[in-house]
Amino acid sequence: MEAAIRFENVTVRYGDHTALDDFTISIREGEFLTIIGRSGCGKTTALRLINGLLTPDEGHVYVRGTDVADSDLIRLRRSIGYAIQDVGLFPHMTVKENVAYVPSLSGMWNKAEKEEKVRPLLEMVGLDPELMKRYPDELSGGQKQRVGIARALAAGPEILLMDEPFGAVDEITRRSLQTEIKQLQNRLHITIVFVTHDIHEAMMLGDRMLVMDAGHVLQLDEPETVRKNPAAPFVRELLRKESEEEG
Amino acid sequence: MEFLQKVLQIYIDRWPWFLELIGEQLKISLISVFLAGSLGLVIGILIAEYPRFREPVMAVCNIFYTIPAIALIGLLIPLIGIGEKNAIAAIVLYGIMPMVRNTCTGLTGINAGTIDAATGLGSTRWQILVRIRLPLASGVILAGLRNVVVMSIATGSIAAFVGGGGLGEAIYRGITMYNPAMTFAGGFMLVVLALTCDFLLGRLEKFIKKKWRTS
Repeated sequence: MEAAIRFENVTVRYGDHTALDDFTISIREGEFLTIIGRSGCGKTTALRLINGLLTPDEGHVYVRGTDVADSDLIRLRRSIGYAIQDVGLFPHMTVKENVAYVPSLSGMWNKAEKEEKVRPLLEMVGLDPELMKRYPDELSGGQKQRVGIARALAAGPEILLMDEPFGAVDEITRRSLQTEIKQLQNRLHITIVFVTHDIHEAMMLGDRMLVMDAGHVLQLDEPETVRKNPAAPFVRELLRKESEEEG
Repeated sequence: MEFLQKVLQIYIDRWPWFLELIGEQLKISLISVFLAGSLGLVIGILIAEYPRFREPVMAVCNIFYTIPAIALIGLLIPLIGIGEKNAIAAIVLYGIMPMVRNTCTGLTGINAGTIDAATGLGSTRWQILVRIRLPLASGVILAGLRNVVVMSIATGSIAAFVGGGGLGEAIYRGITMYNPAMTFAGGFMLVVLALTCDFLLGRLEKFIKKKWRTS
């Protein structure tokens, strides 16, 4: 089966710092892949290579078999959902306009359609469609995250990139958002790449999880396997921390 | 009290003249604010999009802004003569700086996450400018425009000394005829005009900020 996303010997440098070092992985179609590691390990860099927000210094990134370097970036990005930590909702647009943003960029939806198209999207992420006319500053943290996800899904992407999307909400909201994104993925069968620094989140959500450190792959496996056979001291340390927190 | 009565008498006797002066003043302001505003907006957008031009352009704008108004007017006389044109040129040169600065600051001061999201979702550079940056910068840009309007009234009134017309002429005439009531009448009118314009623009700024949810 064709990989949804493939990294081939990718190296990214920021000045003297090497963010990704000869990085090669393959992400399967329809897979929920979580990427975990300490800050600065290169997880966000890897994510941003997929929609061409960054370009590799060496190597290639392929999305659905096409090298990102040869792609029309605008079109590629519109076909990939993108949700980030501080949400990046547009403060001057209503919830409706935020969610309809990507389709409106390409003129996919006309004005009259917007409302009926946004409604099911809001319902899908567990929001009351009545919120449609609100502005982001009138929403709670959890509601903002949901709007961010609805916006990322609006154009019906096959791939969804999420960079610590639940980083800024409280524990309870985070748990329910995690459950919902998992259910959503089961329903939509899209490929999700999900960056987090929370090992519990990475284990719970991922079909497979990628553990990174200093721009390298430490381990790429199913959460159960990672739990049983942590490949690196760093993973063991994270797991120990998790069990301490739960214990 | 007697003095104020004199001033009032001047307004009553010469109201058509004062109306004409206000008309001139507003005309000069409108033309020059329009020119400085649109020119400054375009330059501001350009240096926001092309950062390597930012420093040299701001340096030139700063120089114009530092020159005292009366000196600028004097420098312009050999180039474009006296009168309305001189006043307009001086105000435009003066007004470009706050406009350029505010436009650039507004456009570049937007939350990085917002721009990152807009880019990652597949906006073109133009779409980011028009749909995200400009609306979010509108408050700051409008504050710059307000600055230009008030400045245009100030500089415009000095330009009366080189035949630029407007309410400054009442002050000028009052000085040459040694008529303090006349200078006061002109000056007071200018103050009212400046405050009114500032107030109205302040209201507009508030309205826009509320509408676009910008700070």
